[in-house]
Amino acid sequence: MSDTHSETTRAVAFVRTQMLPEKAPPATSVGIIGWLRANLFSNALNTVLTIVALAFIFYILSGLIPWMFQSVWNADSLSECREIISEAYGTTHGHACWAVINERWFQLTFGFYPPELVWRPILAFVLLLVALAPVLFSDRFPRQLLVVTAAYPFVMPWLMWGGTIWGPMAAAAGFAIGYFGVRVLSPILGQLAAIIIGVVAALIWWVVLAGPVAGAIGSILPLGITPVESRQFGGFMLSIMIGVVAIGVSLPIGIVLALGRQSNLLIVRALCVGFIEFIRGVPLITLLFVASTLLNIFMPPGTNFDIILRVMIMVTLFAAAYMAEVIRGGLAALPKGQYEGADSLGLNYWQAQRLIIMPQALKISIPGIVSTFIGIFKDTVLVSIIGLLDPLGLSNAIRADAAWNGIYWELFAFIGAMFFIFCFGMSRYSMYLERKLKTSH
Amino acid sequence: MSTLTDPPKESFRLSMLIYDTRYRSATIQVVALMGFMLLAAWLINNTLTNLATLGKPIDFGFFREPAGYDINQRLLDYNSRDSHLRASFLGLLNTLVVAVLGCITATILGVLIGVLRLSSNWLVARIMTVYVEMFRNVPVLLWIVLVMAVLIESLPAPNAFRGENATASMSFMDSVAVTNRGVYIPEPLFDRSLGNISLLGESSLRFDVSVDFLVIVAVLIIGFWAAARIKARADRIQEATGQRPTTWYLRLGVVVLPLIAVLVALGFHLGYPELRGFNFQGGIYMRNSLIALWLALSLYTAAFIAEIVRGGILAIAKGQSEAAGALGLRPNRIMSLVILPQALRVIIPPLISNYLNLTKNSSLAIAVGYLDITGTLGGITMNQTGRELECVLLLMLVYLVISLSISAVMNWYNNRVKLVER
Repeated sequence: MSDTHSETTRAVAFVRTQMLPEKAPPATSVGIIGWLRANLFSNALNTVLTIVALAFIFYILSGLIPWMFQSVWNADSLSECREIISEAYGTTHGHACWAVINERWFQLTFGFYPPELVWRPILAFVLLLVALAPVLFSDRFPRQLLVVTAAYPFVMPWLMWGGTIWGPMAAAAGFAIGYFGVRVLSPILGQLAAIIIGVVAALIWWVVLAGPVAGAIGSILPLGITPVESRQFGGFMLSIMIGVVAIGVSLPIGIVLALGRQSNLLIVRALCVGFIEFIRGVPLITLLFVASTLLNIFMPPGTNFDIILRVMIMVTLFAAAYMAEVIRGGLAALPKGQYEGADSLGLNYWQAQRLIIMPQALKISIPGIVSTFIGIFKDTVLVSIIGLLDPLGLSNAIRADAAWNGIYWELFAFIGAMFFIFCFGMSRYSMYLERKLKTSH
Repeated sequence: MSTLTDPPKESFRLSMLIYDTRYRSATIQVVALMGFMLLAAWLINNTLTNLATLGKPIDFGFFREPAGYDINQRLLDYNSRDSHLRASFLGLLNTLVVAVLGCITATILGVLIGVLRLSSNWLVARIMTVYVEMFRNVPVLLWIVLVMAVLIESLPAPNAFRGENATASMSFMDSVAVTNRGVYIPEPLFDRSLGNISLLGESSLRFDVSVDFLVIVAVLIIGFWAAARIKARADRIQEATGQRPTTWYLRLGVVVLPLIAVLVALGFHLGYPELRGFNFQGGIYMRNSLIALWLALSLYTAAFIAEIVRGGILAIAKGQSEAAGALGLRPNRIMSLVILPQALRVIIPPLISNYLNLTKNSSLAIAVGYLDITGTLGGITMNQTGRELECVLLLMLVYLVISLSISAVMNWYNNRVKLVER
């Protein structure tokens, strides 16, 4: 007994009564050295990989940096460029000739748009930013800016193609007629009938009346700006135009197609499925062939509408089919309880879609929607195959020019960098949007 | 006492078609169908009127006429006197060649990059991120045209290989010639060849199948079947006695020895490309348009596949590998028995839709002059005959059939590996 007790007391004597202060971690596991050990040299394989990667980066940069920065910015032809380079650096290889971009940047950006009118596409682009701002960053810009967004689809074609102001005005008037028709008639006839009559009235206006009325007003009051023909359009301006139209119009069409595909109306569903699967099953290039060769054959005899418009229509249809699949994914991901909750509140189909289903489905499908946008914007370069002068088409034209024959890295680097900036920007924006709309914790 | 009577029968009014939910769906469907049929009728009517005005009614007879153009990258025999149908058929084969080659390369590259992007080595992971972003955010057509331009401008012409002081030389022990016109690789030749079987006689879809090739495939199939039987026998012995006999040399031998015997019997040797006249002769010639398309499509699609692979591996909860480790499985068995089967279920569907995208993107061959189905049927044949409607519709149909077959395979696979839930 006493033995045990004495042992306990002796043991207690060795027990520390207060905590030791924390020690700094060893120098090898913190700071830069610690990070290097953890991330680059944690074991033999990693060390080898790191050394190989460093050698690779060094190899790339040692070629790329002199090429980019020891370069020529002012010259009239590739041979002149090469002379300057060989005088300055001794060899013509490994140095860029940015003079081609310096000389042709206007063409690569605007195509053959008349230089004195170039303020119009620039203004259209600025207005595009103003029109997009309240949609994309709804918390930072006043809602009144949405007026610009609503007017933009009519202002943009007028600024780009020029001509009389009454054409776009007449097109806008169709929407006004439809809208006010529905507003006035729905208390009298009920909503569904009013919508049908409104849509029919707007269609009659566009198809039958808009052209003559616009012509008549135009002959009395000729307000307009210098017209520019479609074949003068080109460069990034053309890519952005086709991309923006396709992206903007395909989203609503895609939503309708997705709803149609989910619908329990057999025929409606079959039509939507057929359209989506057909468009998704063929390459865009075949649809562009349709735009360039067949679309005029499908229209009433004598119709001959603009090639850019035809391309826009086909690219939009293409984008809409992909958009529909992305949104269908979002709809399918919603729990069934959301639909049942909407039903239990007594909402009808459209109210439920507008207030409960669509906001959530669209939020879920943001990554897919944005990657579709990026895909569409990238695909606009395909129009060079049917002879439109997008940046790639122009680069071929420049390479065929005697002065710049044989140049390729510089042009492709410039075009690629521009596309990269746009697409990368879009993907970063989608990440911002996802974070902003995130409701989970 | 009141009696229950039926509610008075409502007489049918026309407005019930719209306002009564019992009839509304039928109304909407009928209206939609009528609208669609009206639209279709309008389009067809316009088309027929326009074609009649142009004086070219729909007629597929041009397919029998001689094509008159050459297809320089081809799998089967063809000359310019062959019909348009034969040209389109060869174009279709060319599309399939580039699609299959591209899918294989893109998968290998993509899996490698996707795994490396998850590497614990910071530098390697960053390089792979740069690769993925670089290829995903630049149009594939730009990559194709760029690779083509690089091949044409930076590689040596065939005449650089000639003479005493040649500036270029063949690689891989003088067996592969990389020139600005394309790449020449050795071809398999047989001294005692068994000849070809001609399918479909002299028609436009005639198809020669090498008997040597068939024999080799048959021997390989038998070899693998025998190897599987040996493995099954080893499994049975292991279950009965607990001892697993060593069989790897038997299984290897059963596959390799008959193959070698057949190759020797057929007199197998490689035909090397040789510089003769202005160009290389012999060997398999892959034009630079094929190489550019193959390379660019593979690099581009690999970036997408890498993301899919990364996502698939990340989707498997860490607890799965920990639980497998707790059961005493070794790391490679954890990978093959636990992680991979689950990750593949996530990876395969988007992977197949990327194969589909690659196949559709191969239509961009027209930009570099590789004669695939778009280049033959949708390009030269269409321009020569002026039959836009027939050519474009057929072209779409061909791609549609390819796409639908690929997605049928995808659906079959999806149903097979689907999680069976309650």
